[in-house]
Amino acid sequence: MNSVNDRSRDIGPFLPGADDDMLVCRCEEITKGEIRRAVHDGMWTMTEIRRYLRAGMGLCQGQTCSRLVKGIVARELGVSPAEIEPATSRVPMRPIEMRIFANEAEEVDADEK
Amino acid sequence: MKRYDLIIVGAGPSGLSAAIEAAKRGLNVIVFDENEKPGGQLFKQIHKFFGSKEHRAKVRGFVIGRQLLEEAAEAGVSVKLNATVIGLYQDKEVVVKQGARIKHYKADSVVIATGAAENMVLFPGWTLPGVIGAGAAQTMMNLHGILPGKKILMLGSGNVGLVVSFQLMQCGCEVVALVDAAPRVGGYGVHASKVARCGVPFYLSHTIVEAEGEDCVKGVTIAEVDDKFKFIPGTEKHFEVDTICMAVGLSPMSQLLKMAGAEMTDDPKRGGQVPVCDEYGRTSIPGVFAAGDVSGIEEASSAMIEGRMAGVAAAEFLGYIDKAELDKELAVLDKALDGLRQGMFAPANRGKAIEKTEEGIDISSNLLKKGYVSDDEIERFPGVTHKKGIHPVIECTQNIPCNPCQDACPKKCISIGDNITSLPIAVYEGDCIGCGMCVASCSGQAIFLVDEDCGDGTATVTIPYEFLPLPKEGTKGVALGRNGRMVCEAEVVSVKSATAFDKTHLLTMRVPKEYAMTARFFKEAEQEVSR
Amino acid sequence: MGQSGYVLRTETDTDREEIMIMADRIAEHPILGVVEKGRKVSFIFDGKEIEGYEGEPIAAALKAAGVMVHRYTQKEHKPRGIFCAIGRCTDCVMIVDGVPNVRTCITPLKEGMTVRTQYGVSDKAFDEQ
Repeated sequence: MNSVNDRSRDIGPFLPGADDDMLVCRCEEITKGEIRRAVHDGMWTMTEIRRYLRAGMGLCQGQTCSRLVKGIVARELGVSPAEIEPATSRVPMRPIEMRIFANEAEEVDADEK
Repeated sequence: MKRYDLIIVGAGPSGLSAAIEAAKRGLNVIVFDENEKPGGQLFKQIHKFFGSKEHRAKVRGFVIGRQLLEEAAEAGVSVKLNATVIGLYQDKEVVVKQGARIKHYKADSVVIATGAAENMVLFPGWTLPGVIGAGAAQTMMNLHGILPGKKILMLGSGNVGLVVSFQLMQCGCEVVALVDAAPRVGGYGVHASKVARCGVPFYLSHTIVEAEGEDCVKGVTIAEVDDKFKFIPGTEKHFEVDTICMAVGLSPMSQLLKMAGAEMTDDPKRGGQVPVCDEYGRTSIPGVFAAGDVSGIEEASSAMIEGRMAGVAAAEFLGYIDKAELDKELAVLDKALDGLRQGMFAPANRGKAIEKTEEGIDISSNLLKKGYVSDDEIERFPGVTHKKGIHPVIECTQNIPCNPCQDACPKKCISIGDNITSLPIAVYEGDCIGCGMCVASCSGQAIFLVDEDCGDGTATVTIPYEFLPLPKEGTKGVALGRNGRMVCEAEVVSVKSATAFDKTHLLTMRVPKEYAMTARFFKEAEQEVSR
Repeated sequence: MGQSGYVLRTETDTDREEIMIMADRIAEHPILGVVEKGRKVSFIFDGKEIEGYEGEPIAAALKAAGVMVHRYTQKEHKPRGIFCAIGRCTDCVMIVDGVPNVRTCITPLKEGMTVRTQYGVSDKAFDEQ
């Protein structure tokens, strides 16, 4: 475990901020205050924040907000955003309907032969 | 499962360039792109590019895009569009969504050229319809012919913010302000100057307090910030706008590389999470390459060279060329890339506040704070000289890698020398004939032809003009200064358009001679443009 | 005028329908020239007939017709519209031919399409859901 994730570190209490109701994750409608509170609830990595709040788990998959969320978490932890562990990258990279995701095609198109 | 020698993800400038180099060397290549059309962001770039001839300088981005597509077609590259790569598995298995199907492909080598995504900043109201990314504005106006808005505030003074502001005005929008939280203009001074002289006020050390509106943007309030980016009370300014455009940087879209297991690093200088790779795009996974913005944010010209490097490196990886040929090819590309990475805006200088030019001249402080070089500063730059008769006045005040002006003059009046970033100087080996080739060739629209004294108390100033409607000879109006404010009355005495000028018209205006060195833009006398 | 000159169709030289479709369109661009478009087609937006050009993104046709709000969000019922215009942010999703969450900025317009404002994931206003 790196020092950023050393959970015995004291990050101080949650202090309410004037812009806590600012929306950050546009898809799941998660606010800055919710993200800051989550850090104090013990969610220190991007993966934890995603699972805890669903920030970055909506239709766009964090395309717009991950950088913003990362910045907020880093500030709350008093570290640089570069030190925050990024979320896992997994399939599918874009929103896709389940029926398509499951529709594996075997045939080779004419232009691929 | 179909196998390819090389699968490329992304048909933008770097992906297509990689494909061309690999296909030319005999590799069986396919390029997947999620978009309906190839070319990435190139087709939204309507300004002339910087650089030298080898970088296709003074050619407009969308034209370079067309040339790249032609080159790809000649090389036999197959590009699959509307094909979204949704996963990159172990052993280079590429999973692609095409229509309503999922298809798997096996590659022996992979080039990831997925580009970048736009960054955003938070302010109350940022989710309102009418708040858009600068990329969205470019997409709407330059691809689809739709006005992004009528009255627009631009946030961000980097090259994207500056270039898009100018493009917005070119299609008829009003840009009410250009705002940046940073204390200095981030992009090229020449891009800033061409926006400023049209009358757009710059607000550096300012950012958005709030966007107003119920169902869409109706207005915006900005305020000055201190050095800790906190608002200074009492500095609020309000604008009625229908659109707020954000151009606050880009982040590499590197998720596929992370998914594939490539070693990643978070490097703020390269824009965020990027693969660990060598200068030719080789990642920690043998045979997987990264090229273009995905490996570090730069611009399209360098992305194309990086793509070529990755394509050649992939050819060597699979044994289509040997090490000696690889080294030979890379040496040429290295030199080209080096040329672009010179000067004040080079990646190595990112974040540095540069005070002097390479020549030792103080940088214009007005340029960095207000977007224009002030009248008392301009004289200290070597391209600004005085002479009897018509002559070029080159208002190029920062060291950027660009030299088309030197080749443009048939009389060899302009010299940059071998160092591509040197400020151009007027040398007058021959006499200026007023042909205007230098004016049209300057990607920064920073060259003017001036006849300071026509003998009758007037002077003529020829400016680059890329707006519609094109004023006609005899049109009366006002000359604007570098700061976009009226300096005097002016009359258009000639308008030259030529194929060689590539849509940059040469508008010559007559002004009282005392304004020869301050009149830099023309505005027609108030006329109602009907909607 | 703004800081720059521009050419937009005037009310006098076009019929009313043309004005609807041209209001926010660039007729002639100083660099790109006359914007080439597909066939003019009509489609239905929230029960009203609107015209656009075949093959352009649905969002472009809506923007040209002055439509700013594409959807209202599930939780806060806030309006959203075009944001990234390249299919990444998913803010411009609407109900197209009965299918919700369709990214209108990258979905080509076809004749007779039915496009509806999306409320949460439904085409019914929140008080009717």
